[in-house]
Amino acid sequence: MKEINMTALEQLFQAKIEKDIKIEPKDWMPEAYRKTLIRQISQHAHSEIIGMLPEGNWITRAPNLRRKAVLLAKVQDEAGHGQYLYSAMETLGESRDKSMADLISGKAKYSSIFNYPTLSWADIGAVGWLVDGAAIMNQVALCRTSYGPYARAMVRICKEESFHQRQGFEIMCTLMKGSKEQREMAQDAMNRFWWPSLMMFGPSDADSTHSQQSIDWKVKRYTNDELRQSFINASVPQAELIGLTIPDKDLKWNEAKGGYDFGPIDWEEFRQVISGNGPCNAERIAARKQADDNGQWVREAASAFAEKRSAKKAS
Amino acid sequence: MNSLYKYILRIADDSLILGQRLSELCGHGPIIEEDIALTNIALDLIGQATSLYEYAAIVGGEGKTADDIAFLRFEREYVNVLLVEQPNGDFGMTIARQWFFDSFRVLFYDAMLESTDQQLAAIAEKSLKETKYHWKHSSEWLVRLGDGTDESHDRVQTAINYLHRYVDELFFMDEVDTALITEGIAVDLASLKVAFDAKTSEVMEMATLSFPTNNWKQVGGRVGKHTEHLGHILSELQYMQRAYPNMEW
Repeated sequence: MKEINMTALEQLFQAKIEKDIKIEPKDWMPEAYRKTLIRQISQHAHSEIIGMLPEGNWITRAPNLRRKAVLLAKVQDEAGHGQYLYSAMETLGESRDKSMADLISGKAKYSSIFNYPTLSWADIGAVGWLVDGAAIMNQVALCRTSYGPYARAMVRICKEESFHQRQGFEIMCTLMKGSKEQREMAQDAMNRFWWPSLMMFGPSDADSTHSQQSIDWKVKRYTNDELRQSFINASVPQAELIGLTIPDKDLKWNEAKGGYDFGPIDWEEFRQVISGNGPCNAERIAARKQADDNGQWVREAASAFAEKRSAKKAS
Repeated sequence: MNSLYKYILRIADDSLILGQRLSELCGHGPIIEEDIALTNIALDLIGQATSLYEYAAIVGGEGKTADDIAFLRFEREYVNVLLVEQPNGDFGMTIARQWFFDSFRVLFYDAMLESTDQQLAAIAEKSLKETKYHWKHSSEWLVRLGDGTDESHDRVQTAINYLHRYVDELFFMDEVDTALITEGIAVDLASLKVAFDAKTSEVMEMATLSFPTNNWKQVGGRVGKHTEHLGHILSELQYMQRAYPNMEW
């Protein structure tokens, strides 16, 4: 039935998707596809920007010069990712200002993980290793997403993210080779960040409202559960290698499926965090709002100055 | 400690403390582009400080590492100028502080290219390239804010009025400098003053801003007498090294 009702434009669009031809900004696209992408890309951009806060929390306290420089570079990369993701979003006709306003009002979502606090230096290792590791699983898949500007932004972002993940893992390795306090610090970070990292992939497929349509449009290339499983399969041997324990008593290799079985995820915690009740939701939004409010006069000055200059040029 | 060691620390501490101050802003900039720019400047400054502390570690000859020197001195042993430890304030204050510093640093590194100390000359060469970008960035913003709206003009003028008292200290010299100048190692800061005044006046005019008439100067940083701000900066900077001594990170 559905195919019969398709217009010629829709058919052309669907044919491109099926042939893996990228959809470009000037191409016709269904309104729902555009909305899905705006939602997904803006959430992704917001996650980069909000994600600067928990890591920025440790730049001034980084333990040595090299770690300070690497962390600065990493957080700067994230601001850059946010910038070109907002640009990719703008190609779909949504403005950065509106999107930012939605973030501050709480209307727009961002990755639930950034609502957890970074309480020790080891958390910077855990965030780099697990959080960026989970993000990479998603983002590598997105390099083949059907919307051209998003896919191209992802290719660039993935290169930097894999460097971030390595530096996070290297922080954890160094801690695990260090003193008793350092090993405890690393394990504590692991205990706090493991489950929230698994939640980053979103609800299980059975409960995900957006999954199937996004798969059909090739916006998403793998389901939430498939990506989560890949992440677990990749991370467990890394943890074991450096002597960290995964805080899941049900974790067990399953030969038949070629992957690990794992314990139940606390979806109630996930729901609470994404609906604003995580440990740091209020602080994160407040920090963004404060930056935006404090920047208002700066942005006004920049536009006023630009107008004066162009008026001068015109005369 | 010998004069060269003390001299290197003065340059290094300026970079470290300003880099540390700018790091506080990461994620809190007025627009994403400025988050990127200010973080990048912080990163350059931490990089410059690292090269300088590494050299100081060699010159000091006590078996200390660059990190030991950067993180494990007491407040009175830091010898940065008072300007760089001033709080970030609003964006006008951040930009004005950066602009005074960059205006000095461009001239300073340019003169240091001629140092007979090859290591310092090499650090100056790399740092000069970065600092020219920093100066271009801070000068453009000073003009934009000065000649933007009434509010931005007032804010950045207030920042200039406040920070001006700390500018003269950039040219502070004492016996540490004297011997090194004779050897051609150190820069004679007095020789940069005319160029500095010309360089800053030109930008101030474009920004429609003016220097305050109160010419009172604050000094002390170069001999370890700081404002109350430095102790708080160090308590963050040194937290890990003090809480967990003698560990690898």
